[in-house]
Amino acid sequence: MSMNGEPKIEVGPQSRQGRIASGGFAAGPIVRLEPTKRAAATPQSAGPAAERAALVAALAHARHDLSDLVSGTTGEASDILSFQLALVEDDVLTEPAFASIGLGEPASSAWQKAVGTLIADYDAADEEYFRARAGDLRDLETRVLDVLSGSTQRPDLPEGAILVADDLAPSLFLSLPWDGRGIALEAGSATSHVAMLARSRSVPMLVGLGPLAVLPGERALLNAAEGCLVLRPDAETERRFNSRHAQLESIRQQDASQAKRPAVTADGERVEVHINIADPAELDNLDPAICDGIGLVRTEFLFHERHGLPGEAEQAEVYARMLRWAKGRPVTIRTLDAGGDKPIPGLTLDGEANPFLGLRGIRLSLAHPEVFRIQLRALLRASTAGQLKIMIPMVSIPEEMERVRALIGQARAELDRGGIRHRAAALGMMVEVPAAAVTLDLFQTDFVSIGSNDLVQYTMAAGRDSDAVAALADAGNPAVLRLVGMVARAASELGIPASLCGEAGADPRVLPLLLAAGLRSVSVAPARVGEVKRVVSSFRRERPRDRRQSLARRLGHALGLGGAGRG
Amino acid sequence: MTTATGSILMTHAVGLHARPSVKVTKLAKSFAAKVELAASATGPWTDAKSIVRVMGLKVPQNTVLHFRAEGPDSQSAVDALVALVAGDFEGVPE
Repeated sequence: MSMNGEPKIEVGPQSRQGRIASGGFAAGPIVRLEPTKRAAATPQSAGPAAERAALVAALAHARHDLSDLVSGTTGEASDILSFQLALVEDDVLTEPAFASIGLGEPASSAWQKAVGTLIADYDAADEEYFRARAGDLRDLETRVLDVLSGSTQRPDLPEGAILVADDLAPSLFLSLPWDGRGIALEAGSATSHVAMLARSRSVPMLVGLGPLAVLPGERALLNAAEGCLVLRPDAETERRFNSRHAQLESIRQQDASQAKRPAVTADGERVEVHINIADPAELDNLDPAICDGIGLVRTEFLFHERHGLPGEAEQAEVYARMLRWAKGRPVTIRTLDAGGDKPIPGLTLDGEANPFLGLRGIRLSLAHPEVFRIQLRALLRASTAGQLKIMIPMVSIPEEMERVRALIGQARAELDRGGIRHRAAALGMMVEVPAAAVTLDLFQTDFVSIGSNDLVQYTMAAGRDSDAVAALADAGNPAVLRLVGMVARAASELGIPASLCGEAGADPRVLPLLLAAGLRSVSVAPARVGEVKRVVSSFRRERPRDRRQSLARRLGHALGLGGAGRG
Repeated sequence: MTTATGSILMTHAVGLHARPSVKVTKLAKSFAAKVELAASATGPWTDAKSIVRVMGLKVPQNTVLHFRAEGPDSQSAVDALVALVAGDFEGVPE
């Protein structure tokens, strides 16, 4: 579908990068899912009686298939299919199609019109939730059309097959066997329903690979753990793929066995390991027992849709779902952190000369209290579902936290007046601006979390987006580590928890330095939890008699402690 | 013909989204009575057996749902639907 002109078929191995929707490996023949070919011209009606019979049969066929699929699924997948099943059984949906058939319309276009009306209605809905259901309707539309046109094609997937397609409908995904197989999508999205299903079934899947010039049946290697698809591999590529697969698999197994144990250093000190979440779908198939809580929920995903800002009830539900998932563990939700490298049309400023030093994070939220207020109300409402902590990004001065606290007070009073159930939540701040790191004692905050990515770039004056200064943007730099140490000490003096959410926490080289700086809590990507716990378990505080050419010695320098280390 | 009515505050966090709506229609269909649903005591009333109609109401959380039924088993229908909402849609009508 996305192939604009036939891409040239090349010879020899070719490696393509895509976005990871679901990790894992597959090696085998390519199976290309061709877009359904339907007659371009509207078919003539074979007469109302015949068309009516055709539609009745197609609906019955779809109902039968969906019932079969529902019985084999649970959870969200089952919900998606049950909804489609209820639709196909609903006369309110099908009656207008039969009416059009009576007026001489062929079954296929009558069906398309009937569903199309409903799709248009959902597409125009205010709530993202309802707009997303339009996708389910399109899936159902296709399912019935395929039966009508006799083009129901369930591709045959041999052992190890890699399905290549532009995009993949959830219902087709659910009707295919995936054991040992994989998915490579030219378009697609890592947040789609089908991506969520792939994750929950551990089917390796890449999206956004771009047009792929492949011949059906030719061999390909899918490394969805690292985002790469190799076409036409030669013997050497195969060997490297196999060894990488074995290596990552063995690490994964070690880490998986480590992941559910609490993180404890070699000295027996407990370290909290939380997870970072950018999309609620990441929680599918994830056991909350692997973590001490969610240390960072990025809420930007709610604002990425094309249809304006999300409503209060919609936000509250998304937040509440994550709190329920955590089963009583703390969940730290960060308010909208737009601006910088995360523009949102209609909200962030266009054309700032230096957006990283501009109107971003809490600065932007305070400039748009009407948007911020809705998010705060949604958070307070969701707070009844578990242990919520609200975290404010990009705080530079104490006054910003005071203003947030006042807005939360207002939001609570409004909710009280409206008789809407809500609950107070802890209010904390990210420490990513050096100004906040060096003056933490001046802030009123219930907890802090170091945003290492921004703290590094602001401390080192080295942009995250510039490869040319990547060597300077080092979380292990003594300047950064001293700031981390200051924050950890100030927090401990204030009697508030301090954590770190940023890539540094999952970097096996930097993590021991952070622990040495006094940090005892990190928040990392779910996939890194096992590895992080392994690194923690081998960390030992330096004892004074160990002062030699050790890691700890270098650390001492980094922390400005003259090589003596801490403790 | 007997008629019955009932109402219940829906606290389900999502509002009347796909999963709860499917449960409402499934349960409503298990009764012979005509079953209707509204988000206000004065209507508009909508067919509780139609997923298109029920989802079309787009009922948010903290709305009082009103049910009315007409037919031989109308009272049982209303009671069952009120119980479903009261139980936060956890019951699985088959």
